[in-house]
Amino acid sequence: MKAEIRRVGADALAAKGRLGARKWLLARRASQLGILALFLLGPLAGIWIVKGNLAYSLTLDTLPLTDPYVLLQSLLAGHLPETLGIAGAAIVLLFYFLVGGRVYCAWVCPVNMVTDLAGWLRERLGIKGSAHIGRQARYWLLGMTLLLAAATGTIAWELINPVSMLHRGLIFGLGSAWAVVLAVFLFDLFVMRRGWCGHLCPVGAFYGLLGQWSPLRVSATRRAACNDCMDCFEVCPEPQVIRPALKGEANGIGPLIVSPSCTNCGRCIDVCAKDVFNFGLRFAGSGPTVPPVPADGQPLAGKG
Amino acid sequence: MACGVGMLGLGLGLYGKQAAALPALALRPPGAGAEADFLGACIRCGLCVRDCPFDTLRLALPETPVATGTPYFVAREVPCEMCDDIPCVKACPTGALDHGLTDINQARMGLAALLDHETCLNFLGLRCDVCYRVCPVIDKAITLEVLPNTRTGRHAMFLPTVHSEHCTGCGKCEKACVTEEAAIKVLPLAIAKGSLGRHYRLGWEEQKKAGGSLIDEKSMVDLPDRMPEGMRLPGHYDPASGMTAPPGDAAGAAGMPGTTAGPVPSLPPGLGDGK
Repeated sequence: MKAEIRRVGADALAAKGRLGARKWLLARRASQLGILALFLLGPLAGIWIVKGNLAYSLTLDTLPLTDPYVLLQSLLAGHLPETLGIAGAAIVLLFYFLVGGRVYCAWVCPVNMVTDLAGWLRERLGIKGSAHIGRQARYWLLGMTLLLAAATGTIAWELINPVSMLHRGLIFGLGSAWAVVLAVFLFDLFVMRRGWCGHLCPVGAFYGLLGQWSPLRVSATRRAACNDCMDCFEVCPEPQVIRPALKGEANGIGPLIVSPSCTNCGRCIDVCAKDVFNFGLRFAGSGPTVPPVPADGQPLAGKG
Repeated sequence: MACGVGMLGLGLGLYGKQAAALPALALRPPGAGAEADFLGACIRCGLCVRDCPFDTLRLALPETPVATGTPYFVAREVPCEMCDDIPCVKACPTGALDHGLTDINQARMGLAALLDHETCLNFLGLRCDVCYRVCPVIDKAITLEVLPNTRTGRHAMFLPTVHSEHCTGCGKCEKACVTEEAAIKVLPLAIAKGSLGRHYRLGWEEQKKAGGSLIDEKSMVDLPDRMPEGMRLPGHYDPASGMTAPPGDAAGAAGMPGTTAGPVPSLPPGLGDGK
């Protein structure tokens, strides 16, 4: 029953081994689960390192971290927050401004695990066909949520936001929030490939815009070695961001992936048998002299 | 696409409007403003829930008829213990719970209302008094008003009476009410509190402020009090109807509030005070 078509990532698996071809994936899962575990230690084990949820948290009773997106909605609704809330938002803003906004999506957000599972299952089950919604939809949605906050004077988006519903639910009690999460899962599985995170989620759109000037970027540093296997395009949740960096040499485009949609997930680094990609810094000069960021230097601490 | 997003926004806006209607039995933590303001200020982080030492507060689940993720409590289940240091307010990072609230007695989480006079044991003439006794603001937020028990003709009724000036809405009275379904309930202020209307003036208050009557008392004509046909109220002082029996004469009605004659016949009780 062996499939005729070569499986995506088979080359990388052969070249780098089981661990080597999943380095960033494992780091990402460790980050996502580790952050969730920190939040859960309090309610489950009574060890209160982190209190709250992704909207706002207080770590060790000193470090405030606020979701700037929800705070912005509150501001637009006409409410000026307390100092701690503003300080927390400033810290988070600075962090994602530096490491890339959508690091939140790939390394922190719990919904990512849900949609990744849907994406993986979609591929394993060979589900073809996908509804078409443009990737700009998320920016429309983002604008709508902000307008709605201003128009209604309430944070209306939080009534249905699957991201906060899942995270808050896991920590404070899920209730029927599972249905919303299941809806996202089924949507990604049957209706639209990478539908939620890649096309619709306004939270990701917000963080994308926030981190569009971030210095930490994925770079197709060794793009000359590319053998056109297309695996990176297959695994990338935002494949449109790769092309300019990977194939733009002839047009004088640098190897850095500069799109705000890139989530800095590192899937392309893992899947490339030729090690074309690595993490690089935007301002450290261009070309192959960019120093790779060590695995343990990754933003495991971000819990915006 | 813009159209679809717009429709979604419209739907969400309408849903949000519906979700902004706080159900009668859900109370907000101390320091929460009016519901519409609160929903624009609360980011649903749950820090107030975490810092509540009595597990009173919880975050609304999607199926709860309270805006998802916002903190509330149900008085009949776990009332607010009114901590002196108000940790829930201190924990709030946005000020959705107003940090200006430093005296818990100034909190207005709701307002107690003795809703069911038919099942309240004190109204039935018994001395339950439990709501009065558990009230953290005893003798101010809840007082016992004494009335004669006309059913027995020889006892008094001690009617629990809530005063909105002092009631914090903590819910201890509702929690403690001994009847199967609480006769006294704490409701959100928007539901429990009436409003006279800005044009209303209370004559007796205005008289106190002015230091005397605002009208020419001498030109006042005393009309007979209108009573339902055939009704006689023993001891009722109403010279215009020819009822001038001094209070205390009529059996059974002695000392009943409202039966004490004032010195000026035309004034309702309590208005004249010696003038």
